[in-house]
Amino acid sequence: MYEHDVIVVGAGGAGLRAAIAAHEEGADVALVTKLHPVRSHTGAAEGGINAALHPEDSKDLHAYDTMKGSDYLGDAPAIETFAEKAPEEVIQLEHWGMPFSREEDGTVSQRPFGGLSYPRTTYAGAETGHHMLHTMYEQVVKRGIEVYDEWYVTRAAVTDEDDPSERTCHGVVAYEIRTGEIAGFRARDGVILATGGLGQAFDHTTNAVANTGDGPAIAYRAGVPLEDMEFVQFHPTTLPSTGVLISEGVRGEGGILYNDDEERFMFEHGYANNEGELASRDVVSRAELTEVNEGRGIEDEYVHLDMRHLGEERIVDRLENILHLAEDFEGVDGLDEPMPVKPGQHYQMGGIEVDEYGETCVSGLYAAGEAACVSLHGANRLGGNALPELLVFGGLAGRHAAGADLEEPKIGTGKAAKSEDGDVEPPVEPGMVGDPEDPVLADGGAVTEDPAGVVESALEAEETRVETLLERDGVNHAEVRADLQETMTDYVNVFRREAGLEQALREIREAREAYQDVAVEDPSRTYNTDLIHTIETRNLLDVAEAIALGALAREEFRGAHWRAEHQERKDDEWLKHTMLSWEGGTPELYYKPVILEGEEQTYEPKERSY
Amino acid sequence: MSTHADDTAESEESTADEVTEASAGATEGASEGARTTEATGGATGVEESPGDRRRAERRERTDRLREEAATAVAEAEETVALKIFRFDPEVADKAAPRFDTFHVPYHKGMTVLDALIYARDHYDSTLTFRHSCRQAVCGSDALFINGSQRLACKTQLGDLSWPVRVEPLPHQEVVKDLVVDMEHFYDQMDAVEPFFDPDELPDGDLEEQRQSPENRETVKLSTRCIWCGACMSSCNIAAGDNQYLGPAAINKAYRFAMDEREGEERKEQRLRILEQEHGVWRCQTQFSCTEVCPKDIPLTEHIQELKREAIKSNLKFW
Repeated sequence: MYEHDVIVVGAGGAGLRAAIAAHEEGADVALVTKLHPVRSHTGAAEGGINAALHPEDSKDLHAYDTMKGSDYLGDAPAIETFAEKAPEEVIQLEHWGMPFSREEDGTVSQRPFGGLSYPRTTYAGAETGHHMLHTMYEQVVKRGIEVYDEWYVTRAAVTDEDDPSERTCHGVVAYEIRTGEIAGFRARDGVILATGGLGQAFDHTTNAVANTGDGPAIAYRAGVPLEDMEFVQFHPTTLPSTGVLISEGVRGEGGILYNDDEERFMFEHGYANNEGELASRDVVSRAELTEVNEGRGIEDEYVHLDMRHLGEERIVDRLENILHLAEDFEGVDGLDEPMPVKPGQHYQMGGIEVDEYGETCVSGLYAAGEAACVSLHGANRLGGNALPELLVFGGLAGRHAAGADLEEPKIGTGKAAKSEDGDVEPPVEPGMVGDPEDPVLADGGAVTEDPAGVVESALEAEETRVETLLERDGVNHAEVRADLQETMTDYVNVFRREAGLEQALREIREAREAYQDVAVEDPSRTYNTDLIHTIETRNLLDVAEAIALGALAREEFRGAHWRAEHQERKDDEWLKHTMLSWEGGTPELYYKPVILEGEEQTYEPKERSY
Repeated sequence: MSTHADDTAESEESTADEVTEASAGATEGASEGARTTEATGGATGVEESPGDRRRAERRERTDRLREEAATAVAEAEETVALKIFRFDPEVADKAAPRFDTFHVPYHKGMTVLDALIYARDHYDSTLTFRHSCRQAVCGSDALFINGSQRLACKTQLGDLSWPVRVEPLPHQEVVKDLVVDMEHFYDQMDAVEPFFDPDELPDGDLEEQRQSPENRETVKLSTRCIWCGACMSSCNIAAGDNQYLGPAAINKAYRFAMDEREGEERKEQRLRILEQEHGVWRCQTQFSCTEVCPKDIPLTEHIQELKREAIKSNLKFW
């Protein structure tokens, strides 16, 4: 048994920032992470960090842009907290030595990004995330914060109360990949889930292989609702063969999109007459796919992103990394020819329901970063808003978990915040399949009424689960995962139809049934990635189902969520968050209202045009 | 854990059989492992237990995957053979290191990582290697490919001679298959105090430190390091002197020592660390680290620059 005041699960941007903040509050903090911190996918973020630093810019404007970008599904207290704190977080990074790109006078450069009314994106070349990740890991080393790397957290240890809002999280159970040791980690003050994205639920994604929605799945099964899961961002510029991301920075610097007829379609076909290529990501992704669907795609699959006119000097100075990516992963020289691009799953707006301090309805259980939904991004995230989110809300979660004295949160969580019941009718029962006593199902939530023994009994449950997976005979998870990814890409992609979403839910059900029979072929306790991937696949099933259910329930077109049968935003009915609660294996859908009234301004929903 | 060891031994046998079958079927007996394939006894009982059902389903799925792979291999215009290092101290038939050969359908643009994933997901799920981002930023998949250190994800199969030989990074302890122990590498990185440490910060709350674009250029390439360990593995000196800081750690030190935002005193301290017995002076400028660096960092130049800085700073005290 390991014991710390605060345990942070995941060591990407949000996890590192949370750990540093908790440490500064005086807590004994540990990072427990399935990858060594510098391997985290924050390192792949390219474009930048938005912050209203310039005297002519303003935090209110940043908040307004973010709310507009969210298509009025962000919560004002989250958005205003974010815009308020982003500048100090960027300067903090600079003070920690982050190698930002600079102006001639030595100040940090800022560039335009999609959906922003002022050029407020700070950056470090086209590898901003890499530098941010390493800069923060350096600070973790400096502070001597304990890191348990290549330890995979499989479950939160939570007390067994009927009402999740009365539960308390006392720690986690983790599996050491190198040795096969399973251990309990008791958290005296709090557990922060900062596990990142879930892109592996799709088969064309910019996400890492490690982005398997572990945090959302663990929290969900422990009783915390998942919020707005249907909102998935598809990035408009990913390389067709691998899903590798080509930064929005290319368009920010002046890159142009062309179809097969060499038309600049963002303008010529009227998708965004003002902003063109720099319209919001959802707008550009749909435009590209519409071009392809209407026969103007190249090889019926993609469009061209051309940056040649920027000139070699500017490209090498600001976008050099893009040249390497295009060359290494698509065999294209971006100085010489346009780059093929198509939309790919990129970012999950929805996630674990939390308040401004990252706390969930389960006492002592927090979440931050992409795993969480505060809700900052609402129905669509603006480019350059994810990295500052990690900093602002990672920092707040770390401070709160460590006991800092903060004001009452304005965002409600759990059933107390519910405004109405959901009314979705899935074609098959969602949720748990089979016998709840079967350890492989690993319901993973509440396991004991005895708070003192909660970590121990969670540990026993996980030991049984792992032993069963290792010892029994069964099918390999890889096919279940591949089928699931295909289902999600076929039916829960950029364009969504009712019949398709229903088919997705049927196929996810089949995948759940197939998962009942999985086993791990590799018998070894030494670095058993077969076992890790098998457990991840279970998490992917839970989050994929939540996405499909939310998508079926939300009968409107808002932000990234497009529905064939419902072609407009319905503010009268749908200014509310889709909430999904696990309820011991029988998911329940309900809604909670969006908060559009902030301290600084009230955000009246307007038509979102760029 | 004592009961667990027994259980492992038991499940191992059947697994080993399956592995052999899977790779033999796919490789047409080309496996260098030269293991014989034994028929596994099928369930013939009258009453089907859940275990029997699972086994049957598994056979069906395994057959399907193998068939799919066989079809893919047959239909592919080309297949590439990978000879992959295998080792697991815990598993009887892998305890002695060996090479297995996997035949993977090839398509243009395919990387070594793509082929490894294909082999794992279609032939042998026990094949173990680190990988995550697939785009050369996480630094997880530095391997010894056809005799040199490369990132599997950014190495095109088309650029290599076939069959492709894939081994774990040399000069590091092998944990299993292609996974090496990185602890020593991380320890060396930690040894150079790898964090920014300025003497003073600007007074204003929201005031940044100024850094000239030129100084940013000076440190820019050094900040690209992704900690993959390719350089350290390629270095003869590091191979012979386990305490040598190695190219990655020295490069990390360069990143701070050359940053004008840190003070002179701090720079002196940094140079003292680098000057110690197992520091910069061990480098014999063989350029092997520079050659293998997947991020094109001029590591040897950075080491040389620090030697010059160390001399300059020593002259000052004369």
